[in-house]
Amino acid sequence: MISRDPTLFAKRKRANLFGLTFSLVAMSIGMIFLLWILAILLFKGFSAISPALFLEISPAPGTPGGGLANAIIGSLLMVFFCAFLSTPIGILAGIYLSEYGDNNKFSQVTRFVTDIMLSAPSIVIGLFVYAIIVYQVKHFSGWAGTVALSLIAIPVVVRTTENMLKLVPSTLREAAFALGAPKWKVSLTVVLRAAKSGVITGVLLAIARVSGETAPLLFTALNNQFFSTNMNAPMANLPVMIFQFAMSPYDNWVNLAWGGALLITFAVLGLNILARVVLREKVSV
Amino acid sequence: MDAVLNNNTVSPKVLSIAKQQRVVDRVFKYTIQFFALSVLLTLLGIIASLIFNAAPALSKFGFGFFTTVEWDVVNGEFGGLIAIYGTIITSVIALIIAVPLSFGIAVFLTEMCPSILRRPLGTAIEILAAVPSIIYGMFGLFIFAPIFAQYIQPALAGTLGQIPGFGILFSGAFNGIGILCAGLILAMMILPFIASVMRDVFEIVPPVLKESAYGIGCTTWEVVRNVVLPYTKTGVIGGIMLGLGRALGETMAVTFVIGNAHKLSASLFAPGNSIASTLANEFGEAEVGAHYSSLFALGLALFVITFIVLTLAKFMLMRMEANQGAKT
Repeated sequence: MISRDPTLFAKRKRANLFGLTFSLVAMSIGMIFLLWILAILLFKGFSAISPALFLEISPAPGTPGGGLANAIIGSLLMVFFCAFLSTPIGILAGIYLSEYGDNNKFSQVTRFVTDIMLSAPSIVIGLFVYAIIVYQVKHFSGWAGTVALSLIAIPVVVRTTENMLKLVPSTLREAAFALGAPKWKVSLTVVLRAAKSGVITGVLLAIARVSGETAPLLFTALNNQFFSTNMNAPMANLPVMIFQFAMSPYDNWVNLAWGGALLITFAVLGLNILARVVLREKVSV
Repeated sequence: MDAVLNNNTVSPKVLSIAKQQRVVDRVFKYTIQFFALSVLLTLLGIIASLIFNAAPALSKFGFGFFTTVEWDVVNGEFGGLIAIYGTIITSVIALIIAVPLSFGIAVFLTEMCPSILRRPLGTAIEILAAVPSIIYGMFGLFIFAPIFAQYIQPALAGTLGQIPGFGILFSGAFNGIGILCAGLILAMMILPFIASVMRDVFEIVPPVLKESAYGIGCTTWEVVRNVVLPYTKTGVIGGIMLGLGRALGETMAVTFVIGNAHKLSASLFAPGNSIASTLANEFGEAEVGAHYSSLFALGLALFVITFIVLTLAKFMLMRMEANQGAKT
């Protein structure tokens, strides 16, 4: 019954070896790229890291020295306000989808649209904010940049909040209802609290995502060569500054761009790792 | 509920608290529903504002806008074909390279990897996905493009470039930056996205199916090809579409390395432009008028294309989830 065809067996073994080798090579290529990028960033960026990078503002074309202080402060301000704006909106919308919108049409459509917005081209978000804010008030501003970043962050918060709340066992909700608690109280003080670390993870991931976004800021916050904390005026920010400096012919600008790239990458990766740690703590409890 | 509230044994105080809570409940529900609605309204707002601002260009140039090569800022003649071609061709190159590699990574992580390494390597792939796109752009421009021009382009021109007819794709000067370079950097960028989705869908294959196949003597590769892949087909395609959606709309990584030239050339070595890179380079300087409106028309085209791709991806992944419930 059992066919013992040695050539067939050898062929199957060869195909297996070939496939598995290919997988191993693919994995190695992925790892090599990751290490290559990180190594280049450390190598090129580290030489640009100095106290001046954090203390001095961006240099004029052709002048030596300078730093990225204005861009760092601008990015921090915009990301801070973005977190401030998108956290409550995202969490509340997430609560609605998880606790109130079981299977009605409205929540299905909202869920679908949120998923589309998660991957929508960020430059189009920039165009949209330009059209509704910058064009109307006739000037670029930090606020417009904040709004553009928030439009990218909100879907991330909504989706993670919803997924995390859904993981909360329904017995917890039922226990609270049995004690006579109204639904809003159950949602906010029982379900949301139980899923706290998951929700924080979502917010951290959203912040990480917007910290590196460049395209939506190009036509909203623009950039600013000077130090400014006025959210109502064009605002310096790291990603756009890196973009402009990296494309410039001046060596010290390119060098600063590498320094900024190193800062931004490690901030984003740090936030990602922090988000994972927060989530893992919850799992172990 | 009402019967309980009207029961005489309930004290008036409890009754008033219950009534008050019902009002609060309703207010809370509508408030958070409003926030959920705001996401929906944003999408409608984006589509409406794009159409509104693109309308002058579309009415002036008609549907021919999308098939016209001309992009002449000085004379006010605009057509989107170069940018649309650049967007699509770079994304196709990215998919051709990233899909097999992502598949390999997903197979490695789910079938081959020792369990101690599974988590750190999976995290590493996710970290690669988190690296901001501008970093990929800088890496592409300063590090990859010179190497590409010096070693890879001559090698490609010497081999694939010699094939009659097909070879024209790999001809021309070895500049490094250009359509092919942009496609390669994009491939690097979307690789971790596709790989994570594929790994996630591979993981939901019921172990009993795989074990049965191993039990009758299948090799690992046969299990992947004949059990895992057919079971996860829709999910895999959904993941690829998700990656395609990312690639189409990617701005910074492409802008750095595509060369930003409004030229349509047969060679993949030549510089070109994508919709996103055109917007990034020109929108800031565009005066309100035909140029401005044409850029919005490009934005609209990009949004519509990605919307369709992402919708298809979503439906595929949704079907995958639904099937999972039915089969297990």
